Amino acid sequence: MSEKEKRIYDNVIIGAGPAGLTAGLYAIRAGRSVLVLEQLAPGGQAVTTWQVDNYPGLPHVNGAELMMKMNTQIQEFNVPIVLDQVIQVTPGDVHTVHCAGADYSARTVIIATGAIPKKLGVPGEDAFRGRGVSYCATCDGAFFKDVPVAVVGGGNTALEEAEFLTRFASKVYLIHRRDAFRADQIIQDHVLKMSKIETVTPKVPFRIVGGEQGVQGIAIGPRDGKEEKVIEVKGVFIFTGLTPQTGFVKETVSLDKGGYIKTDQRFMTTQPGIFAVGDCRDNIVKQIIVAAGEGAAAAVLADKYLQPAGI
Amino acid sequence: MDVTDQTFESEVLKSETPVIVDFWAAWCTPCRMLSPVVEEFSLEYKGKIRVLRLDVDANPNIAGRFAIFSIPSLLFFKQGRLVDQIVGACTKSKIISVAGNVWEEV
Repeated sequence: MSEKEKRIYDNVIIGAGPAGLTAGLYAIRAGRSVLVLEQLAPGGQAVTTWQVDNYPGLPHVNGAELMMKMNTQIQEFNVPIVLDQVIQVTPGDVHTVHCAGADYSARTVIIATGAIPKKLGVPGEDAFRGRGVSYCATCDGAFFKDVPVAVVGGGNTALEEAEFLTRFASKVYLIHRRDAFRADQIIQDHVLKMSKIETVTPKVPFRIVGGEQGVQGIAIGPRDGKEEKVIEVKGVFIFTGLTPQTGFVKETVSLDKGGYIKTDQRFMTTQPGIFAVGDCRDNIVKQIIVAAGEGAAAAVLADKYLQPAGI
Repeated sequence: MDVTDQTFESEVLKSETPVIVDFWAAWCTPCRMLSPVVEEFSLEYKGKIRVLRLDVDANPNIAGRFAIFSIPSLLFFKQGRLVDQIVGACTKSKIISVAGNVWEEV
């Protein structure tokens, strides 16, 4: 049995990425008692972005540096961030947040657990994870010096990571299932003309092939599965979308088909007093600035939610 | 504690105690995010499991020998043999669960 803290927090915030950290900042400045729970060190997915060019006021900032700045700023207000993993949330007049280490009581909960890279779902993906299959170019790009690699995906992340990989790889095949890329035009204009980048469209990956030494290639072809061809690569970097980290609240709040938490215009979930913000929510725009903005808004709205009760 | 290309044999392969080696690099931010989790695990299992860190930049031989292409990676060693591994940042519960699977006595 995990111990239960006797104190009741005004806000327990789950997740310390841009959404959760910003919510913590706004909540503590509103005079609320706050606790932030995070299962790793603070930062979230944003730390893996090499260069963030669309966070106003901090041009060309490195993702990890941006998150370190956010965390430092929040620490100035002494927001407690506890390293623990949330297992479940039990709603009530006072909600209980059950963690692996302890249970916490909260008048409002702000879920800001974000998302993790989605798997491609092809044979070889799991078998070669860590032996050529990667979901993080800034973590693993340096292991692929002077060898060809493939990037799968067509959005901003895929193109930005492909660009980053040109620092190391001899060649970067950019595989996308459509002819047109989804990434912002400014990114496409820059990345698609790079000499090391070769687009492979409209093609879908069928499987990742390799042996004892790890990945040796990726089998691709048109959607109908005919004319399969193997491109020889040592690395396959997958950026085909996100999976929200919401499994722990699937019994507590309503999720949409993709597993994202449904919210109203005030970021409230289907449980009164439980809010959700950032990439774990059913928003359309997955951006650091949007996550931070939603975190700020939810903290203010949670404050207003508590006021009529005289709290 | 750090382990290197030079000390890997004696510290890991010849260790009587089970060992987890945390493969990391200074430029890998998810590695830094995992560090406090590994640290907490290592304190809880002190005396039962040794947890060592290996900087892949400074120790290319061992990183190459175990074909490390993704970090952070946690490699689990029992009596000199690699028995399991976790690729990517993970929770403490995950480390405890893999450790429990590979070492009955833990």
